[in-house]
Amino acid sequence: MGKTVAEKIFASHIIDNPSGDINVIRLDAVFCHEITTPGAINDLIARGKDKVFDPSKIKAVIDHVSPAKDSKTALQGKILRDWARRHKITDFFDIGRNGVCHAIFPEKGFVRPGYTIIMGDSHTCTHGAFCAFAAGVGTTDLEVGILKGVCAFHYPKTIQISITGSLGKGVYAKDVILSVISVLGVNGATNRVVEFAGPVIDSMSMESRMTLCNMAVEAGATCGICYPDMTTVEYLWEFIQDEFKSKDEALEKYSEFAADPDAEYDRIIDHDVSNLEPQVTFGYKPDLVKNVQEMEGEKVDQVYIGSCTNGRIEDLRIVAEVMKDNRISDSVRCIISPATPRIYQQALEEGLMKIFMDAGACITNPTCGACLGMSNGVLAEGEVCASTTNRNFNGRMGKGGMVHLMSPATAAASAIAGKITNSRLYASE
Amino acid sequence: MKNFNGKALFIDRSDINTDEIIPAKYLTEISRESLKAYLLEDLKLEEFDPTTDLAGKSVIITRDNFGCGSSREHAPWALEANGINLVIAENFARIFKQNMFNCGMLAVELPSETIGKIFKLFAEKESIVEIDLNRSAIVIKGDGQQEEFIFSISDFDRALVETGGWVEYADSKY
Repeated sequence: MGKTVAEKIFASHIIDNPSGDINVIRLDAVFCHEITTPGAINDLIARGKDKVFDPSKIKAVIDHVSPAKDSKTALQGKILRDWARRHKITDFFDIGRNGVCHAIFPEKGFVRPGYTIIMGDSHTCTHGAFCAFAAGVGTTDLEVGILKGVCAFHYPKTIQISITGSLGKGVYAKDVILSVISVLGVNGATNRVVEFAGPVIDSMSMESRMTLCNMAVEAGATCGICYPDMTTVEYLWEFIQDEFKSKDEALEKYSEFAADPDAEYDRIIDHDVSNLEPQVTFGYKPDLVKNVQEMEGEKVDQVYIGSCTNGRIEDLRIVAEVMKDNRISDSVRCIISPATPRIYQQALEEGLMKIFMDAGACITNPTCGACLGMSNGVLAEGEVCASTTNRNFNGRMGKGGMVHLMSPATAAASAIAGKITNSRLYASE
Repeated sequence: MKNFNGKALFIDRSDINTDEIIPAKYLTEISRESLKAYLLEDLKLEEFDPTTDLAGKSVIITRDNFGCGSSREHAPWALEANGINLVIAENFARIFKQNMFNCGMLAVELPSETIGKIFKLFAEKESIVEIDLNRSAIVIKGDGQQEEFIFSISDFDRALVETGGWVEYADSKY
């Protein structure tokens, strides 16, 4: 019988089977940020076990509140910074070099097909875009990962979602994943890995695949996974060119991790996106989704473009395309947060920043900030945000605030109109 | 082992996420005890007031998909700071459930019909939950009525609860 991607990855990583379908797997990378890691560090110190299993396999970033907004966030950054220095963790990214974890770690080449990765962050599922098994965990799992380089998981069951048809103009990966979540429901993939397959995925960039996998957890999934192809190899080539004679050789090696045609799935779903319209959420759960047409005219106080879902260069290019020669409505404040310094630099070089500033947007440094209501654009009670982020939970971006999730194109169009608007009105031909 | 017995708080809603259990603005707190005052502060539920409804409660009984969303272990920590070490639900989000057991706490899943029955019989009463981990049994008592429910728990999860959590378990084994 054939294997799914996660089954193949588990096969080479299982070190123990303590009971039933619980497997302890060896980790290829442990990612850390300043919100969930300090608790692990302090607990290890309290236990007299301030050690790391392998400093070269630990990557750390200060990203959630950057720059620090107060003494407490400054202390969290300091705990992570001091720890990284103490243990000679050289892949540590502090302010000026830092970016949103799920954007900067792939950009640095830290994610490879076949890897096992954990992080104390639910959107770690993003990295499955590279055909890795990457899962969000809590601080205790992270602590054990740091100390021992292992983590326990149920043996993975997989849902395969084949995205078929073709995307219309103004419809993007974000619209696809919102529509998938609305089909699955917020716990339709709980304790499952989701494999995204099909022609629409094949033609997607790595950025789009990361957007897709990023929100797999919003359906409860452990990890979202895409199969490796030449797009994966091209993205990684600057990091792997010494390991392989050619891109074809790299692809051949990585293709070993793709699912077998006779792999057994928990569920197989065919999701045709040919007639998909831009999607917008309307409630406090990410599976409450409508076509943008049904939401048009809804009030917006703030537009937020950024995050581990949609703060990459491809997203900013789309936003610039919509915003060019337009002005952001006087009734709306628009915040754009490029997800990494490299993306920021690219946006500068490509003239995107000028378009954003001419349109009247505020551009922030890379940080998670407003996405989870910690800094840089927290909502006031009763305010509404059109956002390219991944969660619309009650209070997520500020107590009493409302969040409508949407693509960068729809968010940019809504910024200009001052209310929720279909980006097709603005996209150039 | 932690204490799992005590008065029950019934929360009649599904999909309660970890942002509702403990809002992100409190994730800057380093000490677990300081999370105590903020538990369920943003819970979207009519007539729920955490300042009065949580008082004296040691067990939460709720519906489907409890603890979805963020991976923050601050959610179980905030429960623990309030003396709540047991949550009974139809099912849990993966990370939240693992976090509970990793902290030596209990996340017990019962079928939706059973949860429905528990709500019907006990939600309006002052109800006490007692757990017998050896028998995987929960006894709920309220207003002279008493019912026992058997739950399933993996040997691994049981070991985590008995040893105090995943750090102790992993450190002795790997």
